[in-house]
Amino acid sequence: MAGMTISQKILAKKSKKDFLKAGEIVLADVDLAFANDITAPIAIDFVKRLGVDVFDKNKVALIPDHFTPNKDINSANQCKIMRDFVKERNLPLYWETGEVGIEHALLPEQGYIKPGMLVVGADSHTCTHGALGAFATGMGSTDVGFAFATGKSWFRVPESIKFVYKGKRNKWVSGKDLILYTIGKIGVAGALYKSMEFTGDAIRDLPMEGRLTMCNMAVEAGAKNGIVEPDDITIEYLKEKGIGEDEYEILKSDDDAEYSDVIEIDVSNIEPQVAFPHLPSNTKGISEIKEDIKIDQAFIGSCTNGRISDLREAAKVLKGNKVAKYVRLIVIPATVEVYKQALKEGLFDIFLEAGAVISTPTCGPCLGGYMGILADGEVCISTSNRNFVGRMGSKKAYVYLSSPAVAAASAVAGKIIHPDEVVK
Amino acid sequence: MKIKGKVWVYPDNVDTDVIIPARYLNTSDPKELAKHCMEDIDESFAKQVKDGDIIVAGYNFGSGSSREHAPIAIKASGVACVIAKSFSRIFYRNAFNIGLPILESDVVDELKKGDEIEVDTQKGEIVILKNGKVFKSSVIPEFMQQLIESGGLFGYAKKLLNV
Repeated sequence: MAGMTISQKILAKKSKKDFLKAGEIVLADVDLAFANDITAPIAIDFVKRLGVDVFDKNKVALIPDHFTPNKDINSANQCKIMRDFVKERNLPLYWETGEVGIEHALLPEQGYIKPGMLVVGADSHTCTHGALGAFATGMGSTDVGFAFATGKSWFRVPESIKFVYKGKRNKWVSGKDLILYTIGKIGVAGALYKSMEFTGDAIRDLPMEGRLTMCNMAVEAGAKNGIVEPDDITIEYLKEKGIGEDEYEILKSDDDAEYSDVIEIDVSNIEPQVAFPHLPSNTKGISEIKEDIKIDQAFIGSCTNGRISDLREAAKVLKGNKVAKYVRLIVIPATVEVYKQALKEGLFDIFLEAGAVISTPTCGPCLGGYMGILADGEVCISTSNRNFVGRMGSKKAYVYLSSPAVAAASAVAGKIIHPDEVVK
Repeated sequence: MKIKGKVWVYPDNVDTDVIIPARYLNTSDPKELAKHCMEDIDESFAKQVKDGDIIVAGYNFGSGSSREHAPIAIKASGVACVIAKSFSRIFYRNAFNIGLPILESDVVDELKKGDEIEVDTQKGEIVILKNGKVFKSSVIPEFMQQLIESGGLFGYAKKLLNV
């Protein structure tokens, strides 16, 4: 009998099986189920129609992050459905405007994600939480409504692709660049239905926030989940939140676990990456861009790159520089904690001096909601995760994806550029 | 179930942002969503789609955002079935959960907009009426057949919770 991958082990444990192989379908117990202001109303309706309580008040989270602070009347009504439900059922895991942040930044930051957990969320970027060694995957509202009511969800046990990252990262190369490079290599359906397991020395060397960024975009390759085996960085990250090693179980892939593919990537050959419109897989190394790509807007934020380390990288580039004429630079810290920390460190002074505008936490422009919508023909460089047609506004706009450092440098230059060109 | 209808043909990687752009996600009312279905890939769709039409597409249909509003908008448009070379996994679950039949097949390669096909979802068979060509499609996995027999995910939840 072959061994199991970390993903298979978590699903086996949660479905009370000794062994699972890829392709089996199991009904498993979830440790956390959550939804946002767009997806929650349908999930809440599911629970109400059943006429039951949620399965465990401490394992159901409702996070109004997409169109908050309320962007219009309909959005306000959707948030009200969530708030009324939370009040009526006295559910503790709810964050009001003023406390709320982008769900996939907020939950790990607040210590709700631990290794070995099974996490489902009504948002495709739920795969972010695999960075902590949890099995986390996005679903629709009805699936999450089912989890709210029953505490269970069904899973087809995924095959896994093992990605082995070797070597040392170059200057300005972040988790974002590694994942963009990887998606460029395997394509937007390269890991369809599968698990992406990120391993190797370069991952062991990558800080937690870089790992969160990588797992966040696993769905952009079609994956069910992205996952990193817990290590000292994971243990340290949790310790800082007051979560001791006795509060979770560390599972690791067996040496003889079966993988559908093993892909080795030497990160010392990777430079800052840019994904061209209209797919996250249309990536190029920044030195391969020969033409001038003028930009109208740069956006630094989202569940992919709105954390404190992302803002620090952007500030390194923006310090003492000005945003180019007619370019809008929009900075959105992902959570209130990130906002406070950035303020405390003086990053806001750097952003404001440069001519950026800073918004309260929201998903906002990433999905074309508000706070930075693009007009016909406009070009945006964004640290978010998708550059599909119409994603950030007009379907005639063009979105390029990059790291915060590249987005910040491009805002200064008015065109897509290597950070070294700005930070001399 | 047998479905006969005219096809709308789309390419690979039709994502949920073009199926229903986020600017319309401030509601989950199916009728409202249907008004903007496929708007960012095909403006004519919402105006011209007829009850019983079929969407056929290439690989990775429904990729991107987990919004259930995407299959809801398609179903509320009157579309009887979606056939693609492959589906993104979240869309696959969502479509199934809300009762929008979806099948995996390569039939799109042989079709033009407006062609008529007949689909037998039980047998997993698709016939192109203009030339009689027959295509096989994937069959629904056993566990999901059980879900259907329980009355979908809602019925299954009722059974599990004994309510």
